[in-house]
Amino acid sequence: MSFNITISTGSNTPIYKQITDQVWLAFVTGKLEVGDQLPTVRTLAEDLVVNPNTVARAYADLTRDGLIESRAGRGVFITRKRKVFTREEGWRRLEPLIDAAIGEAMAMDFTHQELREAFEKKLGQWKHVKGGN
Amino acid sequence: MNEQPVIRTQGLTRYFGAKPAVYDLNLEVPRGCVFAFLGRNGSGKTTTIRMLLGLLQPTRGEGRILGHDIRSLPPEARARIGYLTEEHQLYGWMNVNECGDFQSRFYPRWNEKIFHGVIGHFSLKPTARVKDLSRGERAGLCLGLTLAPEPELLILDDPAMGLDPVAHRSLIESMIYLTRRSDRTIFFSSHQLADVERVADYIAILDRSVLRVCCPLETFRNSVQQVRLRFPGAPPPVPKIPGLLQAFRAEGELRFICLHYDEATERALQALAPTQMERVPINLEDAFISYLGERGEKSFILSETEAQP
Repeated sequence: MSFNITISTGSNTPIYKQITDQVWLAFVTGKLEVGDQLPTVRTLAEDLVVNPNTVARAYADLTRDGLIESRAGRGVFITRKRKVFTREEGWRRLEPLIDAAIGEAMAMDFTHQELREAFEKKLGQWKHVKGGN
Repeated sequence: MNEQPVIRTQGLTRYFGAKPAVYDLNLEVPRGCVFAFLGRNGSGKTTTIRMLLGLLQPTRGEGRILGHDIRSLPPEARARIGYLTEEHQLYGWMNVNECGDFQSRFYPRWNEKIFHGVIGHFSLKPTARVKDLSRGERAGLCLGLTLAPEPELLILDDPAMGLDPVAHRSLIESMIYLTRRSDRTIFFSSHQLADVERVADYIAILDRSVLRVCCPLETFRNSVQQVRLRFPGAPPPVPKIPGLLQAFRAEGELRFICLHYDEATERALQALAPTQMERVPINLEDAFISYLGERGEKSFILSETEAQP
């Protein structure tokens, strides 16, 4: 599994959120696939040197959001079997990410046209990943 | 199952002369948590810890630790508490192993494996003389001596003070390791918010002898919010805003850090008629500093009126 979580303290993002964000990112970029195993709460906590409850909280969120599943005695696995976000909730989560990307791009003087093209190109690279329903 | 808190105080107060060092403290530390005890220098943390351990008599108020009255802590209970302080008494002529042997005689529950685990984790040679140890190595030895009796409750008074980054990391790793036993409680005072973020479940904040916060870390983080308002011209003067901790004025914007941000706060901010208003995430350190810092408006630039007398 070519997947590594790193966390930083002093971030505006709480540690549990850093963990959930990275697991989601690894999933949507294909670094993690359905059936892949994640480290146990204890192992990840000791790797990252954080309180196990923080990792447990992250895993609880990922479980609630349908990305992982804990199988008794076997470990924690990536699953994805149900649609978890309503359209509205999805937008609420997506919008700040788009805003951030556009904001960065504007700060670096990219034009609207360049951005549109870059977006199209990226979408093209993602054809193999099924989005939405 | 024992669900009563490992530490509970009610109205705990200690005066030094006419000055209260700790005033009316109501503290509750749940079993099995990692509890960070925070506050600026001189806010009363060490005085509190010394009272909890029966090393200092309270002026008034009650306290119980592991179910025992802190005014009459029996040795049996004292042996279940590990206390790590800066002034740990060590004999310079002993070597590391001898320190362990010496200490172990006072504790029936001494676990040699833990002692060697900790000193190994700090890369200490068992034959090294205490007087030749560096500050970090000394801290490692003290931690080993404190952890080997397998205390139910570990009290660390500013354990990170003066440690180099490697020794510091070893300390935090040891604390995480300790949480393997879910019935063990760690109560530590610190100024290192990065450590707090890594290891703490709960925090308490003492501010000038008074307890201001005692809750899960996440609750504290969620209760301090930062909002940025943008204005076309010079921002308006800052009115009274419910829960305002601090306000920062910059060109064309006001930034507010608020406690318990709610609808009333939102209405007060909307009333300023900003062109844009957005939540800006805040890190633990900034939240902590604005909580304990001076309340009110801070300005990094001179306002126009100040600039043109």
